[in-house]
Amino acid sequence: MTGAVAILRPQDGGRMPARRFVGFMRVLRDNGFPVGLRETIDGLRVARQADLARREPLRWALRSLLCASRTDWRRFNEIFDLYWRGHGQLRAAQVSGHSSRTAPPERSDSEGRAGPTFGTDPGQDAEAEGGEGRRSGASSAESLAATDLRHINDAGELARINDLTERLASRMKYRLTRRERQRRRGRRLDLRKVIHRSIRFGGTPMQLAYRMRWPKPLRLVVILDASGSMSLYSTFFVRFIRGVLDNFREAEAFVFHTRLIHISAAMRERDTEKALERMALMAAGWAGGTRIGDSLAAFNRNYAASVINSRTAVMIVSDGYDTGAPEILNAEMARLKRRAKRIVWLNPMLGWRDYAPVAQGMAAALPHVDLFAPAHNLESLAALEPYLAKL
Amino acid sequence: MGTGMALGREEVLKRLGAVGYVADPQLATAIVLMQQLARPLLIEGEAGVGKTEVAKALAAVFAAPLIRLQCYEGLDANAAVYEWDYQRQLLAIKIWESEDRTAEEKERHIFDEDFLLKRPLLKAITMDKPPVLLVDEIDRADEEFEAYLLEVLSDFQISIPELGTVTATAIPYVVLTSNSTRELSDALRRRCLYHYVDLPSEAKELRIVAARLPGIEGALAAQVVRFVQALRKEDLRKKPGVAETLDWAAALMGLGVKDLREEPEALHESLMCLLKTQEDQAAVPIEVVERLAGKAG
Repeated sequence: MTGAVAILRPQDGGRMPARRFVGFMRVLRDNGFPVGLRETIDGLRVARQADLARREPLRWALRSLLCASRTDWRRFNEIFDLYWRGHGQLRAAQVSGHSSRTAPPERSDSEGRAGPTFGTDPGQDAEAEGGEGRRSGASSAESLAATDLRHINDAGELARINDLTERLASRMKYRLTRRERQRRRGRRLDLRKVIHRSIRFGGTPMQLAYRMRWPKPLRLVVILDASGSMSLYSTFFVRFIRGVLDNFREAEAFVFHTRLIHISAAMRERDTEKALERMALMAAGWAGGTRIGDSLAAFNRNYAASVINSRTAVMIVSDGYDTGAPEILNAEMARLKRRAKRIVWLNPMLGWRDYAPVAQGMAAALPHVDLFAPAHNLESLAALEPYLAKL
Repeated sequence: MGTGMALGREEVLKRLGAVGYVADPQLATAIVLMQQLARPLLIEGEAGVGKTEVAKALAAVFAAPLIRLQCYEGLDANAAVYEWDYQRQLLAIKIWESEDRTAEEKERHIFDEDFLLKRPLLKAITMDKPPVLLVDEIDRADEEFEAYLLEVLSDFQISIPELGTVTATAIPYVVLTSNSTRELSDALRRRCLYHYVDLPSEAKELRIVAARLPGIEGALAAQVVRFVQALRKEDLRKKPGVAETLDWAAALMGLGVKDLREEPEALHESLMCLLKTQEDQAAVPIEVVERLAGKAG
């Protein structure tokens, strides 16, 4: 599509010019709409039936046909107006429905299309905190940080660790399902099936059928602290999250710092490097302070209802240094606890000798946590497995 | 469908209005496209915005029967598609035992369509006249079922091992609703037309109240709607939907309330129609009720 965009007029012969329409489809595709050849054909068919003298009926019809999600639905009108009313200024450009918070422009395939969903966060308090917000524990963190995972500097070592993490996540899921099945092997007769089978034998139950409760997949929601004090671990946990998302059938991931971002879609990017890049872009521009309480509040308000069900475990990975009020954190944890089956809090600092959860935030959150465990190296993550299997 | 019998947008709007459903042209267009393209309509929106109502109104518009399939976790083919009537089959076997028939004949008799219990999906495609099939809360069903449903919705045929393939005699108007407790597959989303239902604006909600509760006085209706609209702006766990507004308005009529500002006590007590968690009820004490009622007046 070049810049030659004309306004659609009734004198176009009452027929939608196919070229114009294909251009519109391309703009939609560039904006992450799941439209392919099939949609183009149907769309053209609909457009040619529409009364071209009026634009609204065309808008209504195409909106129904071409949107596939709430995000599409919200952005469609803007894109439609820009394209059909534009005076050539719109090319295959990104139309941003969420100002600067839209996903990075490199995504062009359908895989990345869920990108804008993270923009539904109503922009809590995204203001940078400046120097004032720095955590009180930072200095001790720095002195202690001379151990464990943060050692890994050279690229080969890093890649090895990353592989291991992803493998671990997949093994965790495998173990989960297998154990579930063994535990629940109830030898109950499936009466419906027994009767069905016996019909073949004139009503005599020759072949019995048993009912085995099918293991239901556990859903895992990971909420990762990406603040400065955690930055040494962030890459490591991002890898872990990727492994989790790839291997659990139902998993969602969020990162927070001063506010919460839904990163599942970005993390599902096939290419690991790209995924990290996208995630870095999303998190870029944040500064100072960790608002765990506010981030959890945003989670409870905007996402909890849709991502948490009766068999969801929530895994929070954070050092618990909260610059917000501990009361907020406490209240939000209580709220979260009411919804989620289990809350696991992984604290990398717990692995350090002499660490006690004295951070105010940590103390506020602890009463609501089912498992508080260290996660400073791979062994500590692996040690979680038996616990997670019991969920 | 798609046989030139399709209703136009204006006609759909008119008929929706006649059955008490306040619709916008966007939704009416989607319904027209449902007929033209023979595609299902996927409706999303927050709980309580009236997604299910769309299917009911649609049944009235097409004067078609409504078949409802409520999805839940673990929904299987036995509950959604068909099941054999085992008891009757067993009885038939006993009765035919003494009869001098070949085994094949007996088998054919037992697996006759008479013994087939049709569940919603099978029922919907074997009717004489296209019904409206409401697949409610599809996000609650398992992914396997979603995939199966997608197959049925594209081929409109169901295969039954003992009987063969059943091909649709009528292609139903399919409405799916989702509360997005689970992300639906891209394939299903692309197969469907899409409509998102927002909580209504004040003017629209007022029209809905007037349409559904014809007996209500205009002044009270306006107050009720303004009150609920303001209440939705409070920090609540579960925002009251349109159904709640209607319940509450009906309750107030029943209590004989004429003006919201006059009886804050009764008002506060009747709020259980709107606020359905203990937490939300605690978040809206009587002072807040008075403030909102004052503004609504």
